[in-house]
Amino acid sequence: MIIHSIFFYIFSVIAVFSAIMVTVSRNTVHSVFFLILDFITISCLFIMIGAEFIGMIMLIVYVGAVAVLFLFVVMMLNVSKQKNEWLGDEKNSNHIPIGLLISGVIFFELIIVVGGWKYKPELLKTFSSIGIDLSTTNTHEIGKVLYTDYIHLFQLSGMVLLVAMIGAIVLTFRQREGIKRQSYFKQISRERNEGVELADPKNNEGVKIDV
Amino acid sequence: MFEVTLGHYLILAATIFTIGVVGIFLNRKNIIVILMSIELILLAVNINLVSFSIYMNDLVGQIFTLFILTVAAAEAAIGLAIIVIYYRNSGTIRVQEIDKLKG
Repeated sequence: MIIHSIFFYIFSVIAVFSAIMVTVSRNTVHSVFFLILDFITISCLFIMIGAEFIGMIMLIVYVGAVAVLFLFVVMMLNVSKQKNEWLGDEKNSNHIPIGLLISGVIFFELIIVVGGWKYKPELLKTFSSIGIDLSTTNTHEIGKVLYTDYIHLFQLSGMVLLVAMIGAIVLTFRQREGIKRQSYFKQISRERNEGVELADPKNNEGVKIDV
Repeated sequence: MFEVTLGHYLILAATIFTIGVVGIFLNRKNIIVILMSIELILLAVNINLVSFSIYMNDLVGQIFTLFILTVAAAEAAIGLAIIVIYYRNSGTIRVQEIDKLKG
């Protein structure tokens, strides 16, 4: 399976490069574009390794919804002029070495954990010897587990999405001052005696209307 | 060595995770990039879960990836809504100038 290895390295190089570009890019719009590239690359990796459903859902949810939401907010707030320059800023130069140090420590800890782990023998298989079951599809298998064993968590995640939706609407809803709106309740609850007034005008004089 | 094993995927996930952490630590200007770094970190976690799920022949990892996806979408929506109202109130989303909580 030399093809699999070649594509893995190509995709991972693209993913790491675009992740770096997300953080160091000067323009926020470019950052969002590289984030989209990163999501697409990782979902290609997922599809290649055999998790087709997760890969496609990543494409739909992340690229189709989350990244477009980011792009929408970036363009709406007009922050592309506010440059993202954390390199070469003198005022906060003490943050950069400490941040790099802590990040390096985190990276080395993760690498040590991965490298020094004693794997179970079935985890040491290469990808070509895993033996993916081709009789059923990945989506079918996920559905059989998700809708039986994890049905409560599934419905709970629906509640999470509902709460997030209501929260986003409540947060960004704004009642503007000084805009005349139709008030249905006022209109419907008008009575005849307060809406109609009988006047008896004399000749050559108008009726005085107080507004 | 050239054949792809589980360790390759774990190292890729660790690299992307660290890049996300670097983005959070070192970004001093724009809070939207911090949200994008959080998305990168969640993506790295998803890579871990999916690769373990494939190599152990156990579907639970992919199901938890779905839940993480849900939470990530909700978090992005709420975070961006907060950023929008903060920008509307104060006119800036630069990290240095966000000091209302005096932290």
